[in-house]
Amino acid sequence: MTKQVTIDAKGVHYTPLNQQIRKALEDGADEVVVNNVLGQRFIGDGLHGDATIRVNGVAGGDLAMFMSGPTIIVHGNAEHAPGNTMDSGKVVIHGSAGDAVAHSMRGGKVFVRGDIGYRGGIHMKQYETQRPILVVGGSAQTFLGEYMAGGLLVVLGLDGVMKAREIGSGIHGGEIVIRGDVDDACLAAGAKKVPLTDEDRTRIAPVLREFADDFGLDPEPIVNANYTRIVPASARPFAGKYTWE
Amino acid sequence: MCGIFGVMDKRRQMMDGSGIREALSTMNERGSGEGAGYVAYGIYPDYRDCYALHVFLDNPCESKGIVDATLEQWGTIEHDEAIPTCDQPGLRANCTPWRYFFKPDASLAPGSATPEKDVVTNLVMQINAGANGAEVVSSGKNVGVFKSGGAGSWPEAVADYYRIQDYEGYLWLAHNRYATSSPELWERPDPFNLHDWSVVENGKTTTYGTNRRYIESFGYNCTTSTDSEVIAYAIDLMVRRHGLDIDLAVRALAPPYWEEIDQMPEAEQKLNRALRFAYGSAAMNGPFTVVAANPDMMVGFTDRGKLRPMVVGECADRLYIASEESAIRAMEPDVESITRPAAGEPVIGRVAP
Amino acid sequence: MNACNLGSMPLRYRVTIDRDQCMECGRCVENCSYGVFRQEGDKILINSRKCTACHRCLTYCPRDAIMLTEQPCDYRSHPVWSRQVREAIYNQARTGKIILAGMGSVADLPVIFDRLMLDASQVTTPPTDPLREPVELRTYLGKKPGKLDFRRKENADVELTTELTPNLMIETPILLGHMSYGAISLNAHIAMARAAREIGTYMGTGEGGLHPNLYPYEDRMIVQVASGRFGVNVDYLNRGAAIELKLGQGAKPGIGGHLTGEKVSKDVSKTRMIPQGSDAISPAPHHDIYGIEDLPQLVHAVKEATEWKKPVFAKIAAVNNNAENVAAVARSGVDAIAIDGFRGGTGAAPRVFRDHVGIPIEVAIASADKELRKQGLRNEVSLIACGSIRESPDIVKAIALGADAVYLGTAVLAAMGCRVCGNCYQGLCPWGIATQRQDLVDRLNPDVASKQVANLLHAWTLEITELMGAAGITSIESLRGNRDRLRGYMLDEGLLEVLDVKPIGA
Repeated sequence: MTKQVTIDAKGVHYTPLNQQIRKALEDGADEVVVNNVLGQRFIGDGLHGDATIRVNGVAGGDLAMFMSGPTIIVHGNAEHAPGNTMDSGKVVIHGSAGDAVAHSMRGGKVFVRGDIGYRGGIHMKQYETQRPILVVGGSAQTFLGEYMAGGLLVVLGLDGVMKAREIGSGIHGGEIVIRGDVDDACLAAGAKKVPLTDEDRTRIAPVLREFADDFGLDPEPIVNANYTRIVPASARPFAGKYTWE
Repeated sequence: MCGIFGVMDKRRQMMDGSGIREALSTMNERGSGEGAGYVAYGIYPDYRDCYALHVFLDNPCESKGIVDATLEQWGTIEHDEAIPTCDQPGLRANCTPWRYFFKPDASLAPGSATPEKDVVTNLVMQINAGANGAEVVSSGKNVGVFKSGGAGSWPEAVADYYRIQDYEGYLWLAHNRYATSSPELWERPDPFNLHDWSVVENGKTTTYGTNRRYIESFGYNCTTSTDSEVIAYAIDLMVRRHGLDIDLAVRALAPPYWEEIDQMPEAEQKLNRALRFAYGSAAMNGPFTVVAANPDMMVGFTDRGKLRPMVVGECADRLYIASEESAIRAMEPDVESITRPAAGEPVIGRVAP
Repeated sequence: MNACNLGSMPLRYRVTIDRDQCMECGRCVENCSYGVFRQEGDKILINSRKCTACHRCLTYCPRDAIMLTEQPCDYRSHPVWSRQVREAIYNQARTGKIILAGMGSVADLPVIFDRLMLDASQVTTPPTDPLREPVELRTYLGKKPGKLDFRRKENADVELTTELTPNLMIETPILLGHMSYGAISLNAHIAMARAAREIGTYMGTGEGGLHPNLYPYEDRMIVQVASGRFGVNVDYLNRGAAIELKLGQGAKPGIGGHLTGEKVSKDVSKTRMIPQGSDAISPAPHHDIYGIEDLPQLVHAVKEATEWKKPVFAKIAAVNNNAENVAAVARSGVDAIAIDGFRGGTGAAPRVFRDHVGIPIEVAIASADKELRKQGLRNEVSLIACGSIRESPDIVKAIALGADAVYLGTAVLAAMGCRVCGNCYQGLCPWGIATQRQDLVDRLNPDVASKQVANLLHAWTLEITELMGAAGITSIESLRGNRDRLRGYMLDEGLLEVLDVKPIGA
């Protein structure tokens, strides 16, 4: 039997709100529903465990920052940098999100149904079994995957034209997969396009199916679409820039 | 290197200045004859509702004009006159002591819990900071500072110059200066006063720079380079503006060592740690004995290393604090008890309401 | 090397062996990790060009047979076209690249610390003898209340109602600065951690995560969060006694860091949480801080994650508008601000940044303290001075200019044997400090090195109490900002005004 706790966030500052959520998890809740959220920051910040937190409203900045395990489902939009420096777990945002989504994320998944702002997936990195995944249903803005050092970043562009330019600026690890073609002019220095192989497609298909499932979309057109894969031109993008005294 | 003396009558019975003059002059060896001063509470009963401003004027024309104009901006002058003086051989007057009885306009400090004192504080800072030939040396109700500097300023000469035997007060502080800098300045010797609070100090702190910068960040303006100025402002800040009890304010100025704090019971540890956290920059090091007073109390305390002397005498309703026992016995030969309190133990005497 | 017109540069150092003294024991060959010495038959050959002046060979030569000369070959002397600028031109004419250099600034500019004289008591106040009477160096780093609130109990006693926020208590105003594992070796970190524990202070982890072998010392660690977020997760944050957000570095203000793949060994990769051999690039800004209002967001994110139990520091580089930067950071909720002067150390920084960007720590601390007081923010934060603290008087002067404590970097390395040769970036440090090569790391015995570091801190602590006692100051908070106890010796009027210090004789 799941233990559910409901919290009304109306007019509550984020510190007491996050204390309430933390306490609910410590008391053994499997699911915490937080209603009337309006910009409270740091929901899920630093939490461990495998509970689910449902956020109804607009989640404030740094949603799920440093999070290690739980699942957060947002029915609404999220502000700046959801999934910031997140370790593991999952964030599902039914709306759109602001800039720097999944900043320095090192594990787990962030799924955004709508659009994301500038610098999505900036400096995502992977280590051993930890491989962060960011999937965006809508569009992404410029500097997508900037400084990217690892992980998988997918942009589906389901709602229209992709707006990102300077894609993969300084990328030195990981991969960016974008539905449809990407104009060479939109790639930044250090990034290069490579064909999506069948192996790649097999590898990312489960991620795409999971994404479709989370948002009640038909997976087939997504899984079978045409994709562009963008990877680092070099693992050492700045190696040639320096000499020693 | 200085001599200080304080006496308070717990039932507000009046003492004229002659005994205080006698007491201070027994400690002439502690001074250099270049500065002495007295402050007395209760001396202006006819103007008890006015702030009595004692001002040293370079001359009674230009300088006074500036002071008059400033005071009229900030409130109403009920009465003003030259402070009566009597020339003393060897004591060279380089200014004209003047007094104003002044009612500040409380509406000029909106939102303040103590608007009149804020106004008085501001105008004292303004006059003293300006190059206007005027220094306000005391500014409280029913209180006045009488002091002078320069050659010939021995305690008796200063007392006689101001005829302090003609004044009657229930609480007196007195100070005999061993000059080290600017001996000629009349405003330099203690006592130092800001409205309620008066301070005399024997000693010299090593922390003037830290204390001054701290106190100036709250809008006070230190102009005389003296410890007692900083101490008066620090006490005013902590007691009037921050609401600390005087014993805690004294503890902030002369805090216990961390090792002592570590040994205290939990709640006391927390309190003392908090005091050192909040008021670390107000804490004073170096040698000092301070006697401070306001209309309701007199408090004496020393530095925590007890580098300067402090003798406390009691006799009926009178509390005495002095650098030397002889000073107390000069005024009260039959003193009932003489004690020498430990460092960090403030002696607090309160006047009956 | 590509063919070019420039030929080889004049030798930087010449190493010679007194053949009468040398007994061909080969210790120099074993000890030199740069390959200066080579044994051929019964003769030891020398390649001076590889020498870094690290002195390892001299130290281990049993006969004192080795001698080293710096710049044995003169250029035509010229006051404008110095050796340094000429050699930089030759280097860049050959390579076309940015020049990286190790350790702190070599710019030949006057050190302000050396032109500030300390005070002592004579007759108007007595000196305090610290052997007989307490001189308190205990320092609390963190927010202090501006005023206290009390509740009056029925018996008329008062009870404190102000809650103090977490502070870090140090028994001496000296912290061991942030140098990452990766930049320096694990043995160096362990030595520092043990010394910190022995002395009652803390050490910075630098931006490199925390190696499991340091977990036993985690209560002595200030864990750093830098723009690359290497090794940062919530467990790392919770391990530290305090958390530092690195926003800038004095040796290279305005740019990020770059640990080359060669230095990302298996263990380094583990603590940084990145693949072995991959470049670890720290961006110039934190990408979640693009405006000052983002800083409190990061500060609070870290505080929320650790349930407001730990002080959070921020470190910035000292630059022109230092006072404004400090005042902005002081409002962000941080508990302490470390200001890193332009002479601060580094494993590697572009030469032009190292020698040309930033301002000295003396000025930065003074202007920060003054501005914070002016804005009524001084109790909001503690100030930590870093970047070329070389000896105990520097610490006393930094505190008198307004600092609460200092971070030591290079001085700690020197206590472990570092000769400040500035070749950290080669990763071949023969002292076992700035290297990840196991045979070299093994040369640094953490037991011995920690004792040396503790000795240094102990000695400096004694000197500080003597200097304070001589000035009649018996607690460190009474020294803080006490500029009246300093005098400027041959400093210009403008600088004295910024420092708020009087000239000698005044």
